[in-house]
Amino acid sequence: MTDDLFNSFMNGPDEKGRFGNYGGRFVSETLMPLILDLEAEYEKAKDDPTFWAEMDDLWKHYVGRPSPLYFAERVTETLGGAKVYMKRDELNHTGAHKINNVLGQIILARRMGKTRIIAETGAGQHGVATATVCAKFGLQCVVYMGAHDVQRQAPNVFRMRLLGAQVIPVTSGRGTLKDAMNDALRDWVTNVRDTFYCIGTVAGPHPYPAMVRDFQSIIGKEVKDQLPEFEGDGALPDTVIAAIGGGSNAMGLFYPFLDDTSVNIIGVEAGGKGVNEKMEHCASLTGGRPGVLHGNRTYLLQDDDGQILEGYSISAGLDYPGIGPEHSWLNDTGRAQYVSITDKEALEAFQFLCAQEGIIPALEPSHAMAHVMKLAPTLPRDHVIVMNLCGRGDKDVQTVARYLGFDMSDTEGRAAD
Amino acid sequence: MTRIDDKFAELTAAGKKAFVAYVMAGDPDYDTSLEIVKGLPGAGVDIIELGLPFTDPMADGPTIQLAGGRALDGGMTLQKTLDLAAEFRKDDDTTPIVLMGYYNPIYSRGVDKFLADAREAGIDGLIVVDLPPEEDEELCIPAQKAGLNFIRLATPTTDDKRLPKVLTNTSGFVYYVSITGITGAAEAEAGDVGPEVARIKAQTDLPVIVGFGIKTPERSEAIAKVADGAVVGSAIVSEIGNGESVSDVLAFVKSLADGAHRA
Repeated sequence: MTDDLFNSFMNGPDEKGRFGNYGGRFVSETLMPLILDLEAEYEKAKDDPTFWAEMDDLWKHYVGRPSPLYFAERVTETLGGAKVYMKRDELNHTGAHKINNVLGQIILARRMGKTRIIAETGAGQHGVATATVCAKFGLQCVVYMGAHDVQRQAPNVFRMRLLGAQVIPVTSGRGTLKDAMNDALRDWVTNVRDTFYCIGTVAGPHPYPAMVRDFQSIIGKEVKDQLPEFEGDGALPDTVIAAIGGGSNAMGLFYPFLDDTSVNIIGVEAGGKGVNEKMEHCASLTGGRPGVLHGNRTYLLQDDDGQILEGYSISAGLDYPGIGPEHSWLNDTGRAQYVSITDKEALEAFQFLCAQEGIIPALEPSHAMAHVMKLAPTLPRDHVIVMNLCGRGDKDVQTVARYLGFDMSDTEGRAAD
Repeated sequence: MTRIDDKFAELTAAGKKAFVAYVMAGDPDYDTSLEIVKGLPGAGVDIIELGLPFTDPMADGPTIQLAGGRALDGGMTLQKTLDLAAEFRKDDDTTPIVLMGYYNPIYSRGVDKFLADAREAGIDGLIVVDLPPEEDEELCIPAQKAGLNFIRLATPTTDDKRLPKVLTNTSGFVYYVSITGITGAAEAEAGDVGPEVARIKAQTDLPVIVGFGIKTPERSEAIAKVADGAVVGSAIVSEIGNGESVSDVLAFVKSLADGAHRA
């Protein structure tokens, strides 16, 4: 380990794709040459100003970046403690942070001469972002989605089809996000020559966790630029908070602050019905242990025999039994702190944000909001919290209505019993 | 020398090609599975690949995934898989057993403990699909030290430049995956496979066994002709999945083995 690696939290991963003991390249031999190729291409692109010029142009004119940093005045007043700022990534084209990463990967795929893009999706947000960018560039797009999620997220399935993507419902295993990822890997192993696998989060074999983090880091970099407008030159947040499924929006917010040791970093996992032995949650760090799945070593929900367990969360976007390896490392080193929020708390936060600020958040950042609601009142008024509002809630309105007992078919708008 | 090395020495002396059969441990249940495994040598199987069930078999097709699901639903574990091998070993001390699966159940048990237990159970080699040479320190090197063969997969994407890396630290035999794809998928053309086997053999003295996509005795023969042997998995597992009787499954295995041995 070099001194640099020891002194900085930002130098990972090492040449083997490891963040400490996490990460790595646990894939079959057929895929190994492909990910080595991808790594070499990404290393080239990373240092190529024309690559970033294309990204910047599309981020600005197609996605709508920079997304605003917003001082949530009423939330701050109501909570009566720390100042709460929100990074408005829900205002991006396609309604979430996912497109930040997809653009980077698709531009890379084009540079590599790949003509067919595959992706996995849970709630459908990454699938929609991938289908969107593929439509823009005229690329063939195939999205694997758990059959169970296809039913839960019908509007996003239709969106993807409108955008020209083929959506393949995955029935293997239990038909959820992890099974969709298995089937996407199976597709890739079969179609090695023309296909690029666009992974939606900071997980998978190296170089995906680092590459996706780098693309999402635009979030934290913008916060660094924007906060001084409100708080004065050189101002840093005291706390940054983001929700975590695989953890890409969180890594994007956290990464630029890793070496600013005054900044508290908090990741919020999906606690589902509560982190207990019944595993009715998706809190890999709080309720799992290290293992190897989908190309990387990281914290996983698994049984005593190393079999992977299904997670549970109200939010389909957090419904994954693993977490990005860099988060596992940040957890073990103590640089970041990870907490969990239950479905019930997230639903309360969802309604709170709607009522207080006129913003309908996705269920994923509602988990971050819920932790802010616990934390802000305990902190002094000059403490600055920035939370990542990583997605908008349009896709979740039906789910929330059902939980709240509101009958969407009732045109009188009365809540059902 | 492991039982695998001995077996290949014996086959070479007899001028015979190897027939390798894969079955999932605990499929459809422990007892039936044990009965099938015990019957494999009699059906002409030279090396047994024993599948270790895993919830997320990313390199396998639906046939093997469903078999793993059946085994897990029946309460199969890593320990019971080793128990099954040990039970087999009581009556057969020569047929090699290669444990084939994914890393997480092994990692979860702890590599050192697993290796000691596997040896004790009479396992001779390991094929762990999600451990490429880049991760050799995880299990490959400890396994070799513990006296187990670590059998690597070479694939159509393993080019000449990469091949030495794949062959280093490989022992027992090389498993050539004849297609880019998952188990049980498209059939491999013997015409395509021959040159690939020759390419690998130019760089190693180890036997090269070919698998993926072999479903019939004719294919088994055609592939064995251009390699040191053939592996059949999904086609056998599919018979088990269809609820065929143990004797019917073994009769099918025998037809595949006879095919390879005709080569």
